[in-house]
Amino acid sequence: MAIQQSEDQLLRAYRQMKTIREFEERLHKEIMTGEIAGFTHLYSGQEAVAVGVCEHLDEKDLIVSTHRGHGHCIAKGCDVKAMMAEIYGRATGLGKGKGGSMHIADFDKGMLGANGIVGAGGPLAVGAALSAKLDGEGRVAISFGGDGSVNQGAVLEAMNMAVVINAPAIFVIENNGYSEHTGADYAVGSKDIAARSEAFGMKTIKADGCDYFAVYDAMAELLDHARAGKGPCTAEFMTTRFFGHFEGDPQKYRAKDEVKRHREEMDCLKNFRAVGAVSDDKLDAIDAEVLALIDEAVEEARAAPMPGPEEITTDVYISYQ
Amino acid sequence: MPVMTYRDALNQVMHQEMERDPTVFVCGEDVSGGAGGTSGEREASGGIFGVTGGLLPKFGEDRVIDTPISENTIVGLAVGASLAGKRGIAEIMFADFLGLALDQTMNQAAKFRYMSGGKAKCPVVIRVPYGAGMNMAAQHSQTMYQIVTSVPGLKVVMPSNPADAKGLLTTAIRDDDPVVFFEHKAMYGRKGEVPEGEYLVPFGQAAVLNEGDDATIVAMGRMVAFAEKALPKLAEDGINCDLIDLRTTSPLDEDAILDSVEKTGRVVVVDESPPRCSLASDIAGFIASHGFSSLKAPVQQVTAPHAPVPFSRDLERAYVPGPAHIDAAVRKVVSYK
Repeated sequence: MAIQQSEDQLLRAYRQMKTIREFEERLHKEIMTGEIAGFTHLYSGQEAVAVGVCEHLDEKDLIVSTHRGHGHCIAKGCDVKAMMAEIYGRATGLGKGKGGSMHIADFDKGMLGANGIVGAGGPLAVGAALSAKLDGEGRVAISFGGDGSVNQGAVLEAMNMAVVINAPAIFVIENNGYSEHTGADYAVGSKDIAARSEAFGMKTIKADGCDYFAVYDAMAELLDHARAGKGPCTAEFMTTRFFGHFEGDPQKYRAKDEVKRHREEMDCLKNFRAVGAVSDDKLDAIDAEVLALIDEAVEEARAAPMPGPEEITTDVYISYQ
Repeated sequence: MPVMTYRDALNQVMHQEMERDPTVFVCGEDVSGGAGGTSGEREASGGIFGVTGGLLPKFGEDRVIDTPISENTIVGLAVGASLAGKRGIAEIMFADFLGLALDQTMNQAAKFRYMSGGKAKCPVVIRVPYGAGMNMAAQHSQTMYQIVTSVPGLKVVMPSNPADAKGLLTTAIRDDDPVVFFEHKAMYGRKGEVPEGEYLVPFGQAAVLNEGDDATIVAMGRMVAFAEKALPKLAEDGINCDLIDLRTTSPLDEDAILDSVEKTGRVVVVDESPPRCSLASDIAGFIASHGFSSLKAPVQQVTAPHAPVPFSRDLERAYVPGPAHIDAAVRKVVSYK
């Protein structure tokens, strides 16, 4: 039985998913121009997870993201233009160009950072959840991670710790089928991620990560549980990524037609429209607005100044004598 | 001034700071001990070295957290909570176990402020008992401070006496940057005068514990006590030394070192670590680069050998730099023509 959402809610959720999609699709093109340096890991295909989770949260709730973090940032309310500027390494970026794609953070929004270390977000999220627990205001912390992260000791340690200290942490596992260039069927020994969480005694739900409504409903149940102080929990969302592990990844490990098939059959935006909860006209209008926003974000980022060399040694410490 | 042990001074600070600031909490293995045991005694240990004793009864289980044996997550717990408005004090039972927690220490705590362009604040303290001298062998005796001192974004603190233990830990807990706080295991029982009430020692300000014109001894942590032991015999022979206790290795009080080198021109650096990429080699290199014109003799580095810490009592005694090594090194720099 699906949870009833208002049209405003649905339009906002769609706008968020579409913004993530277009942000990433545009980056894919811009990266090919050579103007963007370094590693970029795109989130296209997984939008329903970030948005289905974050639509339940406000700025006081905390999330810890992954190296594939753009979607989580947008869903948690980070400024899209400041994100784009950060990815372009500009002084106007969210991290003044010092963090880049893998380290976008906005602590004012409760977004504790994308993270270059797979699995590192688990312990951090349990710490953030501890802070929420000590405050006693019903806040939660979300640890986003992929199927690759559940093979890191840090995540398994964090799950156990969360249970032991009864922290309001929710582990959101986005199972996109691949740990870098290696299939989850190979790398996850038991092949059953949800069962790992259940083995720690956590409430666990497995759902379709390409269906915004399924994600939203699953999270409603888990958030009620965590906010009520009943303990940490886990969601495993089955999803896919439309691009490689990083931009430039030739994806030789994927069957030739896999991405094409997934774009046809597992596209969360198409799925959202197919439900018919909101008229296509309204969604089309959002599409146009989003495209314009992304155009502006790219233009402004390209025009923004680079950070000066004096920035190399600032922000290392708050004070250091 | 009351006399108390290094252990009690540290313990007093945690009591004072947890009372003063409700955001301060402590986590680690057996920080209270007893959870889930069959005796029902809830505070069964108060930390393996007794440093966190009495905190649980006073502040409760929410703020004095016994953790599973999961060092990386112990540090991560404190770091994550500190990013979200708390001040976490994580105890890593032995400095050697920092090896298990290096990701959260060097990739996470140390880097958040920088990566976020100055938006993040991570006021965490990682307390680490360190050092040789108790026959605990190769995996429970290492120094480790040389490794974290090399990481930008971390501050590294090494009190050599009970008063500094109090003053530096208070400063560490109130500091807004991540601090790794090294407590020498063999010093917990050492007694000394400790100021009453609130007492802070600033970071980056070395203490000059003895003054003399003939040579400079730079030391940190337990090596300071060994240098103090070496001083009287040297003085008897007319060799008077500046003794600089660094107190913090990051930030490093470069001025205190260079001022003394300018005066004496002869330097011994004493470091409990093995010699390669050590504090001794770092400081010797710093002096060579910035104080070369003052030098009258090559800088002597007194360190452990390039070997793991041995178990057998006699071997360990020979391994750890002591007063005799310092005495010999000082005489060598002083006699250099």
